[in-house]
Amino acid sequence: MIKFRQIGQISAAIFGLAIGAAAPLMAEDLKIGLAAEPSAMDPHFHNLTPNNALLSHIFERLVETDPAGKLVPGLAESWKVLDGNIWEFKLRAGVKWHDGAPFTADDVVFTFERAPNVPNSPSSFASSIKGKTLKKIDDLTIQVSTPAPAPLLPTELTNLLIVSKKSGDGAKTEDYNSGKAAVGTGPFKFGSFVPGDKIEMVKNPDYWGTKAAYDKVTFKPIKAGPARVAALLAGDVDIIDDVPTADIERLKKEPKISLSQGVSNRVIYFHMDQFREETPFIKAKDGSAIKNPLRDKRVRLALSKAINRDAIVSRVMEGVALPAGQFLADQFFGVSAKVKPVPFDLEGAKKLLTEAGFPNGFKMTLHGPNGRYTNDVKIAEAVAQMLTRLGIETSIETLPPAVFFTRASAGAAGLPEFSFILVGWSSDTSETSGSLKPLVGTFDKDKGTGTANRGRYSNAQVDQLTADALATVDDVKRAALLSQAVELAMDDVAIIPSHYPINTWGAKKGLKIAARSNEYTLVMGVTKD
Amino acid sequence: MTAFVLRRLTQSIGVVFVMSLIVFFGVHVVGDPVYMLINPQADQKDIEAAIKALGLDRPIWEQYWHFLTGALRGDLGRSFIFGESALKVIVQRMPATIELALTAVTMAVVFGIPLGLYAGLKPEGVFSKIIMAGSIVGFSLPTFWVGLMLIMVFAVILGWLPSTGRGETATYLGITSSLFTLNGLSHILLPALNLALLKISLVIRLTRAGTREAIHQDYIKFARAKGLSNRRVVGVHLLKNILIPVVTVLGLEFGNLVAFSVVTETIFSWPGMGKLLIQAIQSLDRPVIVAYLILIVLMFVVINLVVDVLYSILDPRVRLGEGSA
Repeated sequence: MIKFRQIGQISAAIFGLAIGAAAPLMAEDLKIGLAAEPSAMDPHFHNLTPNNALLSHIFERLVETDPAGKLVPGLAESWKVLDGNIWEFKLRAGVKWHDGAPFTADDVVFTFERAPNVPNSPSSFASSIKGKTLKKIDDLTIQVSTPAPAPLLPTELTNLLIVSKKSGDGAKTEDYNSGKAAVGTGPFKFGSFVPGDKIEMVKNPDYWGTKAAYDKVTFKPIKAGPARVAALLAGDVDIIDDVPTADIERLKKEPKISLSQGVSNRVIYFHMDQFREETPFIKAKDGSAIKNPLRDKRVRLALSKAINRDAIVSRVMEGVALPAGQFLADQFFGVSAKVKPVPFDLEGAKKLLTEAGFPNGFKMTLHGPNGRYTNDVKIAEAVAQMLTRLGIETSIETLPPAVFFTRASAGAAGLPEFSFILVGWSSDTSETSGSLKPLVGTFDKDKGTGTANRGRYSNAQVDQLTADALATVDDVKRAALLSQAVELAMDDVAIIPSHYPINTWGAKKGLKIAARSNEYTLVMGVTKD
Repeated sequence: MTAFVLRRLTQSIGVVFVMSLIVFFGVHVVGDPVYMLINPQADQKDIEAAIKALGLDRPIWEQYWHFLTGALRGDLGRSFIFGESALKVIVQRMPATIELALTAVTMAVVFGIPLGLYAGLKPEGVFSKIIMAGSIVGFSLPTFWVGLMLIMVFAVILGWLPSTGRGETATYLGITSSLFTLNGLSHILLPALNLALLKISLVIRLTRAGTREAIHQDYIKFARAKGLSNRRVVGVHLLKNILIPVVTVLGLEFGNLVAFSVVTETIFSWPGMGKLLIQAIQSLDRPVIVAYLILIVLMFVVINLVVDVLYSILDPRVRLGEGSA
């Protein structure tokens, strides 16, 4: 008898296991494996992509972006510029918070007060608010004024998630993490947050827009790339982001899996020390000191010509990148149609180097991060070999990102430490102004220009064009100014662009996720075949 | 014995202090966490504001003093990344790691000791040779690779077990653990096996070596001469004598499993402390690193103590508190 009972228990257990395994196949649940782990459920705690992306499910913005980065109405139905310095936003009527309270201008006012002042925030939203004064006109109208014309104001608001005043008043980050204050207007409601393990969300049945297709969504941080792919293949998750480049070819042949790809708003490029007379990591071949060759445009162009971008794209990036000639890929705002990737031309490069007075080349160290960008170490190795063929003996040193970025930005006495570095940059506004100002704008702490200008390139004309563009509301004129600035900077070889990475998402057959240029993984972009 | 325990604990305070000093200054040298935490788009003023908010603008000795005074009150600082108490962040993840380590150690004992005994008692048998060859494989294969292979075989190809994460939890006798649910057990099997593989090999070799040595001792011969059953000779007289090194090693290995199962936790996305530690190191979350290592030092002190106490139970000749501890 006992034995029979045991068998019964065991078979019940097996049956239970089978149900557990079958559960992910039910249509109304969705599981997503994320490469990067969000650190909090407070939308104003940490201004970084993993958090901003995940919280877009619960909270919403005044202005949203479509997958290509174009502005679309969010909690604001429409917006217009009144007089150069004032923007007026008409808020959407009939929107309700998850707790049933109506959404009004007071919530926006509250958000603007809260966002820059979250205690212990390692990266605050102060920059999204800076210089903006908010005025409530009526319950569904607000005006935002700035000291100078701000054409990008709606774009800048695409970074700021609006929180409820009622739930958020006095709430700390802990209250959002526990779910108490995590009350939004978005298509999903907060379910649970177990740091390091999972984040669960449930459908908001009263959502004002297109209602979510899933009753429950679970996000699981799976940091290791191969493990993420395995989880997708095993059916433990339905969608993964950041598919490792090495697995893409294989997954393409896998009948159970469908991939979506889209070029990101990031460029991988080389920054060159252009401000020191002598640069610490360039020496003559015999080891003696020489003047900094990177200040000579001909040398910079020679380096650019010696880099075989097609080889980097096809061999190192396994085809999931586009050769780059400027700051952003062709479809983005403010790029120049005239600027093409510099073609590979070793002979031409050698000639330029000779003209510049370095017929025998020199010795150089290329510094880069290991593990910050896709295949960053391999790219550094490949480029070092290409430059060595040009006659510039290039050795590489890759550092953990934490060390690399500190030293590359402010290593030696607060100045950038390295001579030639591999870095990446994504323009958060998806237009070239978001690259020109920080990357090649003259370094100026007070103006906030050149913040990531680790080569300290400086060109008054580029600065002026960028500043003019940032004060021009008319899109056509702004695009013209920006593309002019891009042409100037690229003609000067201010930086050497390498490639634009293509982001890849994987989904089980029957699902498709929209590839977004800002690398957000959003359930709202999931469609069923 | 009380005096012995107290003396041990006092010594450990010194160790913890020195360790905190080394880690605190060591991590400071490595790099500046601000550049890891802040949004790349931030300008100089934002960066300076963030440095100030995290208290990194003050000189390092002042930061250390601040940390030390806080630590004496039981506050080990606030995680840069999570904005919550570092201790809370770590303790939150502790149950997951402990249940994983316990499962792995249990596997090591359950598989390791019988197999080791067999190999020791019948050293020339074919099965013994297979066991010993297998233990070499268990030793030499890298955890990272074995983990991925386990996922490939059992999750992707066969589809028997889940590949990632911790399963559902249940609360039983006040303890919340995923060991109490079937779903939880199915999740823990692969990562625990991955961790246990090396420990099983270790226990096999230790048990075998001990058995080979003890089997020729006089007391075994005497026990046999007395006509005791083989079962009693092996199960009581032999086993009790060879368990001492096994217990020592397993104790320390348990500590290692809890503290540093970084690789396995990363591959299986196990929401434990090891994954937290590697994440904290990558982003230079200094308070978490320091708090973590302090906890680990304390844990090892306790484990050593427990091992010593277990000795005295297994071997009556061992007297605690005599000589140098």
